[in-house]
Order: sequence, then structure tokens, then C-alpha cells
Amino acid sequence: MKLLGGCRLNSLHMLIFIPFVFAMAIPLLYKLFHPKIHLGWFVLLIPLVIFLDLLRYIPLVANGDHLTTSLAWLPSMEMNLDFYLDGLALLFGLLISGMGVLVIIYSIFYLSKHREELHKFYMYLMMFMGAMLGLVLSDNIFILYGFWELTSISSFLLIAFWYERKSSRDGAMKSLLITVFGGLCMFAGMIMLTLITDTYSIREMILNVEFVQAHKLFIPVIICILLGAFTKSAQFPFSIWLPGAMEAPTPVSAYLHSATMVKAGIYLVARFTPVFGGSSVWFWLVSGIGIITLLYGSITAVRQTDLKALLAYSTISQLGLIMSLLGIGSLTFYFGPSEHGVTYSMAIFAAIFHLFNHSMFKGSLFMVVGIIDHETGTRDIRRLGGLMQLMPVSFTVALIGGFSMAGLPPFNGFLSKEMFFKAVNDVRVAEIFHLETLGMLFPLLAWIASIFTFVYSMILVFKTFSGKYRQEKLNRDVHEAPFGMFIPSVILAFFVVVIFFFPNVFSKYLLKPAFVAILPMFTIDKVDIKISAWHGWNTELLMTIGVVIMGSLLFITVKRWVPLLKQYPQWLTLNNLFEKSLEKVERYSLTITNRYMTGSIRHYFIYIFSFFVIVLAGSLLLLHGIQFDVSEDNVICIYDMGLVLGVMIAALTVLFTSNRMTAIVALSVVGYLVTMFFVIFRAPDLALTQMVVETVTTVLFLLCFYHLPKLQKNIGRIKFKLTNLIVSVATGLTITILALSSNSHKLFEPISYFFENAYELAGAKNIVNAILVDFRGFDTMLEISVLCIAGLGVYTLARFRMKGSDHNEAE
Amino acid sequence: MKPNDVILQSVTKVTVIIIFTFSVYLFLNGHHHPGGGFIGGLSTAAAIVLLFLAFDIEKVRENFQIDFKKLAALGVLIAIGTGFTGMLAGDPFLTQYFNDKNLPIFGKTELATALIFDTGVALAVIGTAVSIILSISEGDSLWKR
Repeated sequence: MKLLGGCRLNSLHMLIFIPFVFAMAIPLLYKLFHPKIHLGWFVLLIPLVIFLDLLRYIPLVANGDHLTTSLAWLPSMEMNLDFYLDGLALLFGLLISGMGVLVIIYSIFYLSKHREELHKFYMYLMMFMGAMLGLVLSDNIFILYGFWELTSISSFLLIAFWYERKSSRDGAMKSLLITVFGGLCMFAGMIMLTLITDTYSIREMILNVEFVQAHKLFIPVIICILLGAFTKSAQFPFSIWLPGAMEAPTPVSAYLHSATMVKAGIYLVARFTPVFGGSSVWFWLVSGIGIITLLYGSITAVRQTDLKALLAYSTISQLGLIMSLLGIGSLTFYFGPSEHGVTYSMAIFAAIFHLFNHSMFKGSLFMVVGIIDHETGTRDIRRLGGLMQLMPVSFTVALIGGFSMAGLPPFNGFLSKEMFFKAVNDVRVAEIFHLETLGMLFPLLAWIASIFTFVYSMILVFKTFSGKYRQEKLNRDVHEAPFGMFIPSVILAFFVVVIFFFPNVFSKYLLKPAFVAILPMFTIDKVDIKISAWHGWNTELLMTIGVVIMGSLLFITVKRWVPLLKQYPQWLTLNNLFEKSLEKVERYSLTITNRYMTGSIRHYFIYIFSFFVIVLAGSLLLLHGIQFDVSEDNVICIYDMGLVLGVMIAALTVLFTSNRMTAIVALSVVGYLVTMFFVIFRAPDLALTQMVVETVTTVLFLLCFYHLPKLQKNIGRIKFKLTNLIVSVATGLTITILALSSNSHKLFEPISYFFENAYELAGAKNIVNAILVDFRGFDTMLEISVLCIAGLGVYTLARFRMKGSDHNEAE
Repeated sequence: MKPNDVILQSVTKVTVIIIFTFSVYLFLNGHHHPGGGFIGGLSTAAAIVLLFLAFDIEKVRENFQIDFKKLAALGVLIAIGTGFTGMLAGDPFLTQYFNDKNLPIFGKTELATALIFDTGVALAVIGTAVSIILSISEGDSLWKR
């Protein structure tokens, strides 16, 4: 472990801030260069710089070191921008920036510079990139949360990029509702976690593992944090937002909704595996939900006719696969670095490897689908076919990506798929957490899901590219995409093949450091992992052969059995459940709101005062605060009596007069008599203020006088009057008791030291003024701000009413 | 509202000057004696309100060509701005300083940054109070029409 100082310290912060700062410059660039140069060429620089900069850290991280940097933000609250670069963060960082480069190149050709609002698109994209980098680099749990929500927001904005379409808006809304719901749950979990561990740093939490696992909040924390991870990574049953998110432009789908953002949940689970790993709840939730998602996603993908929807469900399914691997890998923490532990640690390695591979092949497939959409004008499988001759490059890329997704050699997906089969086979022998009986489910479900994965991969490749070309169903001549558009997907496809042949190079520099970052009990030099394509005639290989045979059979007969899947009733789908419950929630909350937001000021006053009485009188009673002590009180003389009598008479007059003018005058009398108290008790400042305020308010009253309706007595029923009586008497009593009691308590150190020494401390002989401008200057500053805002509010209200009246007249 | 009260108008012409003078006195005196930005500002506002009452709103508007909303905002900005001066010297936000200086005419006088802060308070109070009354009474005249 090594801490680096100096200029390198700042570069990590710079990486995160650059996209945000650049996002602010985009409107300027747009203005300067708009129709001449596609904005994407400028934006391309940013991920490129970040990618190259991150490459520099590979040697450092491959040695098992890490980099920490800290920037004080709110040191008094321990909220600092602590960033932490280890193997896992570096792998994600490289994926984010590397995919960013390719996606931006792709978007330059995909999005027309004449029709689209490119400045908005790239601003959101930069915001996302900065947030995602911040998310994977943060060590402070709440900073991480902030970036987490920022990715949700930027994803929302990008999905709704074509906001004229209703489906885009709906998809964006759905994704925001679900991911932010999960995010808030996660926030609650994080707060509990900080309460348990008494730290905001994830690394320090890992050091307090025993403490966390023994705590009574352990299970609620796990559930809350996993809700965040599962909603973000589209795990069953929260997966419904991801197909909706496909309304976004294809570069966004390729980038956010397959390669990076949806992997944030995976990242979180991996990051917290050292904290929660080894417990049965964590294992069952993560691997159970993962394997269900895998199965659900793969079966649902088969019945899709929209290519992007197919890819969306396939992403859901693959995310489930990675999630279940992380769950199985968490068993390592149960067994420790023993022989068993090493076996299960391979699941973690497989998870990282598959995550890496998935970004490659899924990214390339999304780009190909985007190209098909761009060139043919449709993504519907039923209208496509026979594109092989017309689009040979796209076909090659789709073939490589699709076969890799199906888990066939010689592509990288084969390697990680074999490791996945090995991991699910190993689960059976764990003999803990009821795995001796239930463990059989893992290989079985995984095998079935893999068959369907094979089928949908074949559908994707062969239904679009082979078969008969149907010109009549397309509205245009189809030809290959421009060179720049398929370059990014070709690069990705190239990596898909290269990784198969040289997996150990990537393993040494990228995957192993990430592996060690998740499993701190292993050190990088002791880990000996060799990935090899050929590993003998073992169970895994037989399973793969079974998948290919079964999958081919099913693919050939696909027309016969897919209609059966489509029989599934529409009203039973998760989507329907979501929409129905959303509708219900909206309706009920509207009913409830309408019930108390009546628009009557009287009602609002009743709420305000009742709340006031309940809180104040309640706490006075509960804390035994009522106490009268008259020993230190001043002697009451005859003037005071007279004044009190006068105030009472004036107040009663306000109540019982039938003339509004009299009421206003009586109210001023109350005010002026209170001024007299200040005079008697020698508070000239207060007396002066009270007097002027009283004068001005009287004038105000007179002005408003014209608008008020004639004062009507005896309106309303007895019930109405009784409510008013109870509320007002209760409020008055509370205030009286509070004032008398506060005089009898001495709870805090007296602060009279300041007042006695006002001249030395503030150079003021008038302590009232010293309090206002010096000792409590902050209060005064905020008070005048509030005053100013209130004034503007009155101004606006008066204007609005005038506008309203004009409007009425016009009608 | 078109008041035509000769006595009120004649008295107002004299009293307003007295009130204004008194307000300035109150304002400047605040550091050592009763007074200060809040009271000073409020009594100035009261004087302006008196003018509104005695004369026509339009007439007063002609003579005070100030946007009172902006005045209020300016006051708040001055008050907040003085807070930062202390930070330049490394002290906490809103630190106030004072020093005794020998001025040519006034002799030994205490100069305090608190006075600038108080100016902000006074302006905010004047601006808010007058703009509230103005907007209500203007609304009133339009309402009546």
C-alpha cells in the first residue's frame, strides 16, 4: 500500500471534474461551430484524455498498489471528496472512458448535426460520464450516493432526449422512478451502515466487518443497499425500466444501458462484498435474484420482435448472470483463504471477466442494431432478413458479438461462460446455507437460461442477416453504413476475438487487480489464475455442448413454440403491475391532498396552530418543562396593572366589535400599549421599533381595508366556532405557559458576558445594536433576506391578482 | 385614492423633513445609543408612507424614481457582501471591525464596518416596506377601476 503525493494527487480529481467543466463549455462551442463541425469531435477529446490518463495507472495498480486522494469539501461534517483508485475502480474507469470514446465516435455518425439538439445531448453525456467516474472512484459513501443519483438523472435526461415522443417520456419517467426509489432505499441503508461503523469511508467499513455482521441492523442494511443495486442493475423484478429505456438514441443504449450505468449496481455489490460477504442472507439474495433475473431475461428476450428490446432483455439476463456470480463468490468470505475459499473466489473472477466481456460484445451488438435501424429504418425482426450480402461488415460484427454472447468459441464469451458453469457446479458442494439440497437448482437454472441465451443470440444474428431479403417491407434502399459508423463496433469485435486468444494479458493487468480489490484476503503475487480455452472433457464443456444441441433444436423449431410464450396474459406482466399501481398512487394521493388543501386560509391557520400547540405543549408536558418561579420577578406596580387592563380591553374589542375599522384601531391600541411596556422596562430600541412597525402596519391595514368584505358576525355553525375557540385558546395558553416557564428555567450558560463587554468586543455601547450587527450578525443577515423575499412575494401576488382581473375583464 | 386634505398635506410637508432627519440620526446613532439600521430604515419607510397617504401615489412616484424592490435587493447584497470582507483577512464570515480615528471635523470618531452592514439592513427594510405598500395600493387603484 502506498500513498502518492504531489501533482498526481490532483489528477484523480481532475478526471472527474473535467467532464463537468467541459459540459459547461459545450453551449459555447455549439454557438461557435454549430453547423460547420459536428460537436462530437470536440467532445471526443474528453474521454480520450481520461482513458489515456487512466492507462498510466495500470502498472501501479497491477502491482497491487492503490491511489488515494482527498480534497476537503465540508471537513467539519467529514464530507470530503475522497477518491480511491484500486483495481476495481480502474477497470470501471477504463470501461467508462474507453466505451465513451467509441460511443462518441459512433454518435457523430448516428446523430445528424442538422436535426438533433447536439449540445444538449453531449452535455447530458458529459454529465453522465463525470458522475459515473465519480461513482466508481468515491470512497466516501455519501459522495458515492450523490454521484449515483446524478447518473440516474443524466440517464433520465438522455432517455427523454427525443422528448416529443410519448414513449420516450414514459420510458424516462419509469427509469427515474424505479432507480431513484432504489437509490433512496440505498441511502437509508448507507445511513444505517454509517451508524453501525461510525465512518463514511468504505475502506474503513471493510475493516469493521465483524462489527457490521453482528449488528441487529445487519439484515435491514443488506436489503436497503441491495434494493439500490438491484434497481440500478435492472434485476428482477425491477428490470422493467430497462426495455423502456431503449427509447433513448442507440449510442446512449450502448453506453449507459449496457456497458456502464447498469453495471453500477454490480459495482456496488462487488464493492460491498467484503462488508456483507459470508452471510447467508447476502448469498441468497444476490445469487438467488441474479439467477432468477438470468432466467427471466433470457426467456423474455426470445419472444421480442424489436431488436433493441431483445438486446435489453439480454442485458438484463447477463446482468443477472454477473450478479449471481458475485453472490456465489461471496462464499469466499465464509470459508476464508482456504482451499474451499479459493474455489469460490473464482466466481468473483468470473464475474469481473464476464462484466468486461459483456461490455465488449453487447456494445458491439447495440452499435450494429443501431446501424441496421439507421440504414433500414426499422428494428423489427419480422421485416428484416437477408441483410448479409448488403451489409457484410455489420454481419461479421453481429456474428462475432452474437456468438460471443451465446458462449461459443473462439470468442471471449465462451471463456467467461465456462467459468460461470464451473462456479454454479461448485455451489453444490458448499454444504452450508441449505446448499446441499437447493444447490442443485443453480446449475439447472443456469443451463436452461444458457439455452435460451443461445436461442436469442441466434435469432439476433440469423433472423436479420440470413433468410430472404424483403425489399417490399422496407421503405428504402439498404447499403452498408458509413466507415466511421462501423469503426467503433469493429474495434469492439476485434477485442472480443483478441481476448479469447490472449486472456491472460488482460487478466494480469486489469482483472486480477480488480479481483484483489474485491477480495482483500488475497495478495496479487499469490493469486495464480490462468484462463485457458481448453480445460479437458469436464462437466462445463459437456454443459456447453448440451446448450448448443438443445439451443439449435429450439432455434430451428422457434416458430412452433414462441407463440406459446406470447400466450402469457398481458395483465399479469410486471409492466402492467407497475403502471396500474402508479395510476392508483397518483389517484389516492390526489384525493388525500385535495382533502386538506382546501384553499381556505382559515383551515391553513387551524393546521398551523394545531401543529404548533401539539408540538410545543406536547414537548412541555413530556419533558416536564412547565415550571413557575416568581422569586426573581420584578415588583408589579400600578402602571403595569393599568397597561395590562388596557391591552385586555383593546383585545376584547377586536373580538367583539362588528365594525372592521374599530377592530383595526383596537389592534393598534394593543400594539402601542405593548410599546409602553418597553418604555417602562427601559428598552428604548424595542419601543422605537415597535412604534414604527405599528404605524406602518396600521397603514397597511387601511390599504387592505378596501378589499375586505363587510365584516359579518355569526357566520358558520357552532362546530366551526367551537373549533376556532379551542385552537385559539390552546395557542394562547401554550404561549403564556411557554413564556412563564422559560423565565423559570436556567438551562444554558448565560451569554450576558457578551452584553456586558459589548464595548470591548464590538466597540458598541448600545448592546441591542451590537447583538444585531455583530454578535448575531448572521441572524440579521438572514432576516433581511427573508424580509426581502416576503416583499417580493407580496409584489408578485398583487401583480398576479391584477393580471387575473385584467384577464377576466378581457373575457 | 385622491385625497384633497390641505391641512394634512401642509403638515406632512414639514413633518416628513423632521422624520427623515430623525431617521438619519437614529441610523447613525445606533452603535452607541438607541437606534440602528432597522429602526432608521423603518422610520424612513414610515415617512414615505406618510407622503403616499397625504399626496397622490403618482406624485410621490415622480419624486422618488427609485425601484424599491431593487433597493431591497441591494441592501441584502451589501449586508452579505460585508460578510466576505472579514474572510479576505482570514477571519470567519461576518466578522466586524472597529477603530477609533481622528477625523478633521468630527474629532475622535469610531469607525466600524458594522455601519456598512447596518446600511444594508436599512436599505433592505426601506425597500421591502415601501414596495409592499406600493404594490398593494397600486393593485388597489387598478382594482377599483
